[in-house]
Amino acid sequence: MASSLHRFANPNRFMRLSGAVLPWAAVITAILFPIGLYLALFASPPDYQQGETVRIMYVHVPAAWMALFVYTTMAVASAVALIWRHPVADIAARAASPLGAGFTFIALATGALWGQPMWGTWWVWDARLTSVLILFFLYLGHMALFDAFDDPTKGARAAAILALVGAVNVPIIHYSVEWWNTLHQPASILRDGGPSIAASMLWPLFIMAFAFKAYFVTFLLVRMRSDITAAKLRALRRTQVEGAGMSAATPAAAEADRA
Amino acid sequence: MSSFFRTGLEVARRDVRLAVRRAGDTVAVITFFVIAIVLFPLGVGPELSVLARIASGTIWVAALLAAMLSLDRLFLADHDDGSLDLLLLAPVPLEVIVLAKCAAHWLTTGVPLIVTAPLLAVLMNLNFDGLGALILAMALGTPILSLVGAVGAALTVGVRRGGALVPLLVLPLVIPVLIFGVAAIDAAVIGADASAPLMVLGGMLLASLVLAPWAGAAALRLSAE
Repeated sequence: MASSLHRFANPNRFMRLSGAVLPWAAVITAILFPIGLYLALFASPPDYQQGETVRIMYVHVPAAWMALFVYTTMAVASAVALIWRHPVADIAARAASPLGAGFTFIALATGALWGQPMWGTWWVWDARLTSVLILFFLYLGHMALFDAFDDPTKGARAAAILALVGAVNVPIIHYSVEWWNTLHQPASILRDGGPSIAASMLWPLFIMAFAFKAYFVTFLLVRMRSDITAAKLRALRRTQVEGAGMSAATPAAAEADRA
Repeated sequence: MSSFFRTGLEVARRDVRLAVRRAGDTVAVITFFVIAIVLFPLGVGPELSVLARIASGTIWVAALLAAMLSLDRLFLADHDDGSLDLLLLAPVPLEVIVLAKCAAHWLTTGVPLIVTAPLLAVLMNLNFDGLGALILAMALGTPILSLVGAVGAALTVGVRRGGALVPLLVLPLVIPVLIFGVAAIDAAVIGADASAPLMVLGGMLLASLVLAPWAGAAALRLSAE
């Protein structure tokens, strides 16, 4: 396990590998989103109770799944970074957290838009909504802590510890609809006895979920690659500046020699 | 094992002694707690029924914010004068020291907050039936604030202007304390059974007692590198 992990710790190998995966992920995202949105917004039937507003669900549910999935990814990456001092894992956690914050925000915003016609209110303080809002704040804190240190490796380690502490929230969010009597409806896909929604709605939902996931993979890789490239550029510039400083010192020395 | 305990006790005793000799810090935190509560009747209006309704929530919110104010002194003074490096070198696990410092922090801020809270409950016209639940909930909840707060304080110990960052890191994590603390008081006020939210608070206290020293110690080791 550890040795196979270390094979990916090399940023150059990661750059090669991610360079091969990235176009595929991007193409899959570009294909799945139009199909999913068409099916969700036009081709799928309106709900017998919710009417057309059910279409908000096709964005809301995948975004909410991704909000949790990204945090879990981030927590796993943080654990790997802390335990094996894995540099690429730090970069992954850093790259993931703004994406996760974005998904969480989309889930909260679309939930509010759906809640207004369905529940008659934009927001209720039930356990599911509150715990997702806390998740949003955790993402913000993670991003802030990452950038708070002068030394980026220290920021990465501190943020990793915070990500692991915040991971206690993930099961709370997942089970909040079962533990508490929430206005938010309980899970209808991942439940005992199979999904409780019709296949004509399930398919668009799954395609949208895969589209979101492919989008996440694409942008995670783009952000990680640009992070690594930026670090390389910084290192190059530093050696250049040091080299320039040395050559600036030499003419004076040469002159002194001549004199 | 017993040497762990003795060292931990010694660290806690030192922190308490320092806090007692610099009592101004504790007084400032408690004064903040009182003033924050006094602002509510002035802002919301002095209608007693309204104050009674919001009493439990405002007291808890003010206690949370007051605890945030006091967190920077957990590790920052030790970091600045170098004694944190000596504590890191001590021949006991750092987790024990973090736990001891949390205990000292609770004794010097949590306990004064608990003592002050009933007084503020009177100012806020909280029903007397809720008083017992208020004290119990705060007795279970304020140690969580110290423990989770210690993680945030340890994470930001090497950061310039880390003080502004601590509430951003800690407050989201202690929201459950607020929710169940208020739920316990509100249940007692209407004469219902408050034991369920109190038990949840107790569970959170046990969990943070186990987990927070590890996270705090990891963060302190990081700051020393």
